[in-house]
Amino acid sequence: MSVTPIERTRAGRSSRRGIERRSMPRKPGRVPLNIVLGLLMLYFLIPFWWLIVNSSKSSAGLFGGGSSLWFAGDINYVQNFIDLFTYGGGIYARWLANSALYALVGGIGATVLAVLAGYGLAKYSFAGRRFSFAILLGAVMVPTTALVIPTFVLFAQVGWTNTIWAVIFPTLLNPFGVYLMNVYARDAVPDELLDAARVDGAGEFRSFFQVALPLLRPAIVTVLLLSVVASWNNYFLPLVMLSDNRLFPVTVGIGLWQSTASTYGAAGSQSLWSIIVLGSLVSVIPLIIAFLTLQRYWRGGLAIGSLK
Amino acid sequence: MTATLASAVPTKRRRSVTARQNLTGWLFVGPFGIVFLALLVLPIGFALYLSMFQKSMIGGTKFVLFGNYLKAFSDPSFLDGVWFVIRFSLVLIPLQMAVSLAIALILDIVITRYARFSRLMIFLPYAIPTVIGALMWGFLYSDNFGPLAEIFEAFGQSAPDFLSSSLIFYGLLNIVTWQWAGYYMIIIYAALQGIDPTLYEAARIDGASQWQIVLRIKIPLLTPALLLILVFALIGTLQFFNEPQILQQLAAGAIPNDFTPNMYAYQQAFSLANYNYGATISFALAAVVFVCVYIFLFATRKRGSFTS
Repeated sequence: MSVTPIERTRAGRSSRRGIERRSMPRKPGRVPLNIVLGLLMLYFLIPFWWLIVNSSKSSAGLFGGGSSLWFAGDINYVQNFIDLFTYGGGIYARWLANSALYALVGGIGATVLAVLAGYGLAKYSFAGRRFSFAILLGAVMVPTTALVIPTFVLFAQVGWTNTIWAVIFPTLLNPFGVYLMNVYARDAVPDELLDAARVDGAGEFRSFFQVALPLLRPAIVTVLLLSVVASWNNYFLPLVMLSDNRLFPVTVGIGLWQSTASTYGAAGSQSLWSIIVLGSLVSVIPLIIAFLTLQRYWRGGLAIGSLK
Repeated sequence: MTATLASAVPTKRRRSVTARQNLTGWLFVGPFGIVFLALLVLPIGFALYLSMFQKSMIGGTKFVLFGNYLKAFSDPSFLDGVWFVIRFSLVLIPLQMAVSLAIALILDIVITRYARFSRLMIFLPYAIPTVIGALMWGFLYSDNFGPLAEIFEAFGQSAPDFLSSSLIFYGLLNIVTWQWAGYYMIIIYAALQGIDPTLYEAARIDGASQWQIVLRIKIPLLTPALLLILVFALIGTLQFFNEPQILQQLAAGAIPNDFTPNMYAYQQAFSLANYNYGATISFALAAVVFVCVYIFLFATRKRGSFTS
């Protein structure tokens, strides 16, 4: 009983491999290519390795002159971890929470707006659609940093600077997300299907929620992921908008630590460097986990805009 | 009589259908439209307004029309910054395109679990905030923490200092390439997966080698994906801010406050509280981005594809 499915998959796999081989009669030398891939991985992973190794060191170990690509005698993860989360009254945990809040609220908001607008532009021939689309394409090219200074001055006049909204509101604007949704919705949601739903008596919004949304799922996950990453990684906007360090996201917080540590020189702030290193490592873990677990969603989706 | 009635009814119905189409279309696009007006159109207009005034110690704020722009385009700080980001883009973009294209082509040929794993690892830096990426490489470059000194000493050489003013260009080049090559590679790879494999089959029957398939089939068909990446890389690089801002402390003296236009705008607006001139630089930078993107799009439209 239990043998059959295994055999079946094995047979399936070998036949697939057979097809591969047939479509590729002249295999190029795989060994050199594999070595190239190995060297590339080494290059792309070396900074991570450096972080993992050096966040295990005490300040003395960090400055001690031992190899910077290998562990020092003492492994200090636990102490560094305690230092990291207790320094400045546990401000680091707060920064992580802020980053998560900004990324999730801003990212989800931007995605909802992009899905609605992208779908509307793709499926309704309303007056002004062509004009709106042309404006949208132009907006994709507007450098977002150019908006930060005037937005700051505007927000300052209504007292919004140095609040969480100063970071979340500007994140909602994602013209590229709208563009991606529009490109995807044009093909993924056939007009015939929507017409059929209308004939069956479904209203416009019901056919959007029940017919279109499920079909748009790959693009929705992609836009969500791109918006969340952009917001989590954002530095310029929160740096400008926020002055209260309890509102900082983790990027601005670590930047602050780094500039403090550099200003006072290596001697005066050795303890700060070890928590900066561990803090950097901890701050990259959430997104790495998100990318590894959501792999099958984003892999195809990232190419949406590039196939046309 | 009956004839006119019969023709009048459908037009009336059609008109009400388009009216409803208009309304629903705008209901979908509206929420994004409001955000777009409030956070893109309004700040741009406001930047333009701000940039037309000059604030001085004596005489207060006065209207100068394009006076600030005349000042900016003869201000060596701004012009050198613009020249730097243009020079940097001209080296960076071809480099990271070549790297990401080469990796994608290798991964398209080598289909093993090892290759799939390396694809994920090469993509990983995309999940890292640019602030943390710059910090990691800053550590790797530095005398205190980095392995470069050890490695070069083993060969009896003195290590290059990528944080010195003569090599900072290459130091930054490496950081940005490391950060984005994997993301671009994924986009190119996904586009490669979208190519119909029967094209390769046909080419092979005609006696094409692997190289010829790459040069004559794969790369030409990748043109849309490559163009998309180029435009985004260009827009991103001209706004260069995070990496030099973070490295400024570590690279003593190599990165002045007017290193890139965005850093200069930041300094003017937030260190000197000169929002008028800061907004002018932001707006002028946006204009430079538009001009560069359009020159690029025009140049590539003429050629059509990368093959001659």
